[in-house]
This record gives sequence, C-alpha cells and structure tokens, in this order.
Amino acid sequence: MALMFPCPQCGSRPFTEFWCGGELPDGGHGAAGDIEADYARVWLKRNVCGDQPERWFHHAGCRRWISLTRHTVTNLIHDVV
Amino acid sequence: MPKVHLRSHTLEPSYDVVIIGGGGHGLATAYYLAKEFGVRRVVVLERAYIGSGGTGRNTTVLRANYKTPETIRFYKKSFDLYATLAQDLDYNMLRSERGLLWLAHSEPQLRNQRERALQNQHFGVNTVFLGAEQVHEVCPQLDMTAGSKRPILGAAYHPPGAIIRHDAVAWGYAAAAERLGVQIHQGVEVTGLRIEGARCLGVETNRGFIGAGAVLSAVGGYVTQIAEMARIRLPIVTHPLQAFVTEAYKPVLDRIVASADLHIYISQSARGELLVGAEIDPYSSYATRSTFPFLASCASRAIDLFPFMARLRILRQWTGVCDMTPDYSPLMGLTAVDRFCISSGWGTWGFKAIPASGILMAELLASGKVPPLMAPFALDRFRWDRAVPERASAGTH
Repeated sequence: MALMFPCPQCGSRPFTEFWCGGELPDGGHGAAGDIEADYARVWLKRNVCGDQPERWFHHAGCRRWISLTRHTVTNLIHDVV
Repeated sequence: MPKVHLRSHTLEPSYDVVIIGGGGHGLATAYYLAKEFGVRRVVVLERAYIGSGGTGRNTTVLRANYKTPETIRFYKKSFDLYATLAQDLDYNMLRSERGLLWLAHSEPQLRNQRERALQNQHFGVNTVFLGAEQVHEVCPQLDMTAGSKRPILGAAYHPPGAIIRHDAVAWGYAAAAERLGVQIHQGVEVTGLRIEGARCLGVETNRGFIGAGAVLSAVGGYVTQIAEMARIRLPIVTHPLQAFVTEAYKPVLDRIVASADLHIYISQSARGELLVGAEIDPYSSYATRSTFPFLASCASRAIDLFPFMARLRILRQWTGVCDMTPDYSPLMGLTAVDRFCISSGWGTWGFKAIPASGILMAELLASGKVPPLMAPFALDRFRWDRAVPERASAGTH
C-alpha cells in the first residue's frame, strides 16, 4: 500500500498526489544583509532522522499546501495543519 | 587470489587517522593513506559490517560521462583507477566493459545528450552521439518505440561504460589495506566527537574514546548525524534509492541502457539477473524499506524498453539511502573544525567515485592541503554561489 496522507480538505490520499516541499526551516528570515542567516535558511538542512516538520502540496487534489510532522524512518504522520 | 578475512585487532587508544564508515570511500581512503602516503596507524570504524551501506546496495555501473568540467575530470580519474584496480589490489572484481547507452526520447534530451558527447570528448572521455538507427545497431534488443509511448530519437553512447562486482570492491580495498597495517573494526559505532577549541581530538564510541590525529567522516546517508556531533549543518537531504533484479536469465543484454526521460537504467549481471534501477524516492527518508509503487512503475518502464522482460519474474528488491546535495555533486574537504574532514554528498553515484575520492581524501589527510581536483566540491561552496550543477547528467544514477 502506498504511503497515505491525511489531507484536511480531501481525506486520506496516496502520496503520489502530493509534492514534497521539504523540511520547514527552523530559522526565520535574517535581518537585511545578514548573509549568514540567509545562507543557512536557504541551503543548510536539519535532515532529521525522526519526527520532521514538513510542507506538502496537494497538486492532484485541493492544490493547497499542508504542514505536517512525518517520521523519516517509519513515515508515521501527525500534527497535520 | 589471496584469502580474505578481516583479522581481529585490539582497539588501540589512539591512531594517526580515524575513519568513520567502512564503505568503499572509507576503506579506499585507508588503503591509499597506507599505500601512497605511508600513514599506517589508521583505523576504519564501521557500526555494521563493511560494505553494508551504499557500497553493497548500488547497481555497480562505472562511467565517466558527466556534464561539468570539474566532475568529468574527477570521475575520469576514478574510472581510470577502476580500470586497473583488480591488478592493483590483487583481487578479482569481475569488471566487464559493456558500453553505456544514454537514450533520448525528446528534443530537450537530444540536445542534452549531444552536448554531453561533445563536452566529454573535449575532456578526453569517449562518448559519441548516435542517431536512432545507430542506437538500434548497438542494442537491437531495444524496442525503439519504447512501448509506443516515447520513441527513441538518439543516444549518447559511452563505449567504456562498465560494471564491476561491488562487494569485491569493498573487500578488495579492505584486504589490501589490512596487508599494509590498517585496522578495520566492525560493530564499532561512533557516538560523539571530542572537540576542544575548534579542534577534533578523537571520537567517542560504544567501545570508549579513541584519540586521533585526524578524523574523516566517510559516512553516506547518515552523515547528517555525524556532522551534528561537530555542530556542522550540511546542505544534504537523505533520500532512499531503490533497485530490483529479475531471476537469472540467459545472456541477453550486453549493454548498459539508461534513459533520462524514463528515469530508468538496466543491465545484466554476471549471474544473469537483469538489474533495474531508477531515480531517488520523491521524499526524504532514512528507511531502507522497498515500496510497491516503485516496483510497479519501474517494472512497467523496463518492459517499455525491453518487452521480453514482461515474462521474467522479480527475484529481489532493495533500498539504500543517499546523501543528496542541491547540485548533485559531492561535498568533500575541510570543515570549520580543525582535523575533522568530511567526504559525503555522493548521492546516487558514490560507488563510481570510490577510487578517486579515496586517493584525494588520503592526500588531504596526509598533507592537510586540498588537492586541486577536490577543491570545486568544498563544503561551503553554496555560500559563494559556486554550485557544480550535475543534475542534468543524473536523471537516473
């Protein structure tokens, strides 16, 4: 069985209907000209082995972004917004 | 051929170089440190067994037909070292030159493959562009209509493309390194790095502290966890990469066939299995589970190219985890922590890089200077907008 996502609009749908938008960055925007903060936010990844906050886009459904926490080993999903 | 078994050693309190990760990269670095640079107090620490990660899970293709000058030079060195590796290590690796076809089913891919052939020739790599008729001559087994879906329009043909026995590469390097005095410890897991004043003094393990003149992380998909121990964040996301083999079949496919449009590549192993691989899974994960959606879609694309495969049974499917960088090029070199180096970001083609990566990392560890071939792949290149974009030559492996 494919990995299923609980979309708040469409219900439980297979992952092939979604695009993965990657992990949520933990730092905010840097102050103007703060190159270090911007560099870290754009390029450097936490790449968590465990529960990871992520964004997914339901391209073959409601076409909305959803935020959720997915375990990167077990694929268990919770905290869907 | 010498008998291979790892000797058991007593773990010493310190070494000149501690290498984390007993895959091809770690073992090759240890071998070249001892062989080329005379550094023999070297230990390789592997938490499972040697070659248990990407080295034992890849699809064994060797090639040098990349796209950017930096990468072509690097992989050409690796390819050339592989050519004589069996003799150098005195270990049979069943290397077999097959010729690699990189198919184009669309106008953009035709342009891409034509450009690739010219770029390769410029750097002395043997790649030629073939039209559809010549593709049929080189590999008459192909369905030139690709299941009536995506007709094959041409291909970049890389005649030296080869396959090699992947476990033998790990074991060959391990045995040769041991003969030169390198110690290899399996079942030793690194749990931390001891860092004082921005300088790495050694590693904490499940067997206690081990001091080191220098530490190298030669870890693949799990490199983020090692880098975290030094408070280093990397531009790496871990993705699974899957592959499968069919039951053994009579010799039927003498080429390696890859298609960037269909995201698939196929070869036949020495045992007769047809080996099929594809692109990385579309989301990050550390799981080495295989999935049915992958198997179904990959098998259907394989049958589009080779209709006879519809009658073959699938024998085995497996997964490895890859450390993917944004530009698909490796991250290797010095870090902000003195005496701590990283070789990672090998993504989906680390196996092809093993000899070059090993000899260059050995040079860096022995001399402290970054060799010119390694310099473009510096860990902080994104800070300076110096990406080495190789994604165009990926598509598949």
